[in-house]
Amino acid sequence: MIKTQNLTKNYDGLLAVDDLTFTVEPGEVLGFLGPNGAGKSTTMRMLAGFITPTSGTGSICGHDIATDALAAKAALGYLPEGAPLYGEMTVGGLLDFIADLRRLEGAHRKTRLDYVISRLQLEPVIAQTIDTLSKGFKRRVGLAQAIVHDPKVLILDEPTDGLDPLQKHEVRTLIGEIAREKTIVISTHILEEVDAVCTRAIIVARGKLVADDTPAGLKARAPSGRLEDVFRAVAA
Amino acid sequence: MRRELASYFATPIAYVVLVIFLLEANLFAFQFGGLFERGQADLTPFFTFLPWLYLFLIPAVSMRLWAEERRNGTIELLLTQPVTMWQAVLGKFLAAWLFVGIALVLTCPIWITVAYLGRPDHGAIIAAYLGSFFVAGGFLAVGSFTSSLTKNQLIAFLLAAWACFLLLIAGYPAATDWFQTWAPQWLVAGITSLSFLTHFENIVKGVLDLRDVLYYALVTVFFLLASTVVLDARKSK
Repeated sequence: MIKTQNLTKNYDGLLAVDDLTFTVEPGEVLGFLGPNGAGKSTTMRMLAGFITPTSGTGSICGHDIATDALAAKAALGYLPEGAPLYGEMTVGGLLDFIADLRRLEGAHRKTRLDYVISRLQLEPVIAQTIDTLSKGFKRRVGLAQAIVHDPKVLILDEPTDGLDPLQKHEVRTLIGEIAREKTIVISTHILEEVDAVCTRAIIVARGKLVADDTPAGLKARAPSGRLEDVFRAVAA
Repeated sequence: MRRELASYFATPIAYVVLVIFLLEANLFAFQFGGLFERGQADLTPFFTFLPWLYLFLIPAVSMRLWAEERRNGTIELLLTQPVTMWQAVLGKFLAAWLFVGIALVLTCPIWITVAYLGRPDHGAIIAAYLGSFFVAGGFLAVGSFTSSLTKNQLIAFLLAAWACFLLLIAGYPAATDWFQTWAPQWLVAGITSLSFLTHFENIVKGVLDLRDVLYYALVTVFFLLASTVVLDARKSK
């Protein structure tokens, strides 16, 4: 479960995230929408413990992101925007390194590594250095490192950005598959994605929450019934 | 830490740095240091020049520690894992320290040469090697600090080289003489005692004084803590 309470980030006078309060329950896939620069990534980075909030609080599975940061990070799987990875490492080496940091051990470690490698079809590139991989493979490695420890909460910052339609479909299928007992937040500016995978969507604009509803509920707000029109109306 | 060490050997830079360091170590020891001409079986010329070699070796090793993570954005991947900032700083530092340790071990042919030609005091040489390893730790911590300040590796290199140079020459006679022309005695003594060189003199002779080791340990811990503070404050910039 994810909770935020009046979460705010102020960058030297620039209010990136403004008083954001929301809760995401297990089983939900929350689409986090908004125009570029609306504060999506900043919010996700605060929840992932990379940026310190200016004020307000947040928690992952009841662990406060400020006072209980390690437990919050341990419960979370996170895919940063653009899926940064150590380019000089091999795929196998990187997953081993993450498994070390996540303190996976023994048989469980092997089960989990085998699972993510086969689930994301990484076998053919396991010994390749990440620099030599295509964008689609890099994103899959990024997803693999985010779910290798079987986290209860998953935050994915633009998981399908820059992928071709086939790869987008693969990633959405994966999210749908693991969504049942997990709490998932994905940010996107691709509106069709909300229909495809999300059970609920919130829209932020200029750091503020401007809409929070199911995809169907959002669509009903526009006479045309199109998500795009709702997005334009509330985000502009 | 293992990742960091492995990544050193994954890039050609490491080998280039290592080879240049070894070439220069030998050059300084044999040519300028007059290792043969001195007619004494010890490694004093090698250890005397070592801190100056460090001026290039250490920043080259430490510059990438954090600057590269910032540039590639992998700092976000690393710091959202369940590790504390101190663990991350320490892990990277230890990997770099181990790398320099390997470089030091690879200078042992100089030692073997001396051992072959004469009867050096092996205990003193081991002590000097150990001491040099501690000095490397101090320099590396400074390098870790400068690397945490920027995403540009070249800037990290130059800042580290400059900071280490200042720390070195603070105890050099020319520098202390200059200080003495205007500064009160206690200040001169203070600056001199802060110098890497002052604490290195005993080490060259093969005397491993606890106070010198403590000095380098304190410098190391101080700059590693400073790295932690800087990274905490501006990790996303």
